[in-house]
Amino acid sequence: MARHVIAAAADIPPGGRKIVTVQGREVGVFNLGGEFYALLNRCPHQGGALCLGRQVGLVTSSEPGRYDYSRPGEMLKCPWHGWEFDIRTGQSWCDPDDLRVRRYTVQVEPGEALAKGPFVAETFTVSVEQDYLVVEI
Amino acid sequence: MQSGAIDCDIHPSVPSMAALTPFMEPYWREQVAVRGIDGLDLSSYPTHAPDAVRADWRIAGQKPGTHLEGLRRNALDGFGSCLAICNVLYGAPALFNRHFATVLARATNDWLAAEWLDREPRLRGSITVAPQDPAGAVAEIERRAADGRFVQVMLLASGDAPLGQPAFWPIYEAAERCKLPVGVHAGSTYRHASTGNGWPSYHLEDVAVRAQAFQGQLLSLVHEGVFTKFPTLRFIMIEAGFTWLPNFLWRANRTWRGVRAEVPWVDRPPAELIRERVRFTLQPGDAPPDAAGMERVLDQIGSEDMLLFSTDWPHWQFDGDDPFPAGFSPARRRRVMLDNPLATYPSLQQVTA
Repeated sequence: MARHVIAAAADIPPGGRKIVTVQGREVGVFNLGGEFYALLNRCPHQGGALCLGRQVGLVTSSEPGRYDYSRPGEMLKCPWHGWEFDIRTGQSWCDPDDLRVRRYTVQVEPGEALAKGPFVAETFTVSVEQDYLVVEI
Repeated sequence: MQSGAIDCDIHPSVPSMAALTPFMEPYWREQVAVRGIDGLDLSSYPTHAPDAVRADWRIAGQKPGTHLEGLRRNALDGFGSCLAICNVLYGAPALFNRHFATVLARATNDWLAAEWLDREPRLRGSITVAPQDPAGAVAEIERRAADGRFVQVMLLASGDAPLGQPAFWPIYEAAERCKLPVGVHAGSTYRHASTGNGWPSYHLEDVAVRAQAFQGQLLSLVHEGVFTKFPTLRFIMIEAGFTWLPNFLWRANRTWRGVRAEVPWVDRPPAELIRERVRFTLQPGDAPPDAAGMERVLDQIGSEDMLLFSTDWPHWQFDGDDPFPAGFSPARRRRVMLDNPLATYPSLQQVTA
């Protein structure tokens, strides 16, 4: 397990996302209201590029005709078959206990701290003035 | 043969309208006479069609299903059944005149009680209702519920609208309140095409396409939210077949997983809801020819609680003394003949306890 600097925090504004490649793995990094989450870009169902899917809200209901809509943009629909995944937990909606996408911890680190290492910044230069996103893989 | 089975689908038949008029108010008796109303059999089994009655059960000069002694001999004693549920397929659910439909439904139930249930203690009945008149249907359910011999509410598989829609909910509310399951019997109002592609040309197409109607009703019941709205209500699909379930359940689940946001009240996979809340009668089945094939089908269905013993007397669905296809061990037979019916029909438990 190593810690990888994958983007400047400012590169992914709230509601935004970025697909990065870390050690040959594609990972989707999402900013939900200032909190960052990272998921493997591979749907556990049949391997679709999950992190390219549409971000939607969560809809639940206690009775026919009622739509309880919450958490806009926090569910991810796989572009292949439409299965929904919770970006915060990686759990699928349809089978949350047994079907989930691999998630990774994302931390925001000041460039000053990163300069000391031991981190891997493969594709860009770290500057001490900015905050950076660090993923553990 | 002494099996102690509960036969969940047999068919006493209304001999003619004259049998029902004694159970009508004077106005309706007069209407029936003045207008010459008769012959409202739901024509799934026309009297002279070969499958209307098994050849060795036919009684010369008798309309099939009208003879109590024949029922005792061939259906009850013949299969050793301790109880049998009577589903009367007569015109009430198909009439446009909703007032007469409710009168006819009530008369059908009164006739069933007087002419069959009163005379043979092993018989139970389904409550005929006219869903065209939901309030009348509710009143009829409430009126019958006090008579523990009526064990379910019966609807047709092919009526004027999908059964999940809210027009039917008063019926479901009453059934659930009275602790009665709802039986959906093969049959039609015969004014909507039997296939989703329009009217077929040939009778055999009508027969072979029947499962499609049940599949549509199951999808409607699940996705309109009937199982969510009525959390203890159960449905029995009668004469639906069941070997088509593996493919159907898989497809229903697959679709739900992708687009379930359209129906968020369906908060569990459709197959799970159907396994928990829906039952299927045995005959007529579309069984594979060998035990190994049946084993695979039951394994793919994922439940042994869903099948209910039935003979469909007097209709000709099988020959000989054994209504079971290959693949039913003695233990499995017992579940289908007794355990599953008792778990499905609460009012039967009091009798056999």
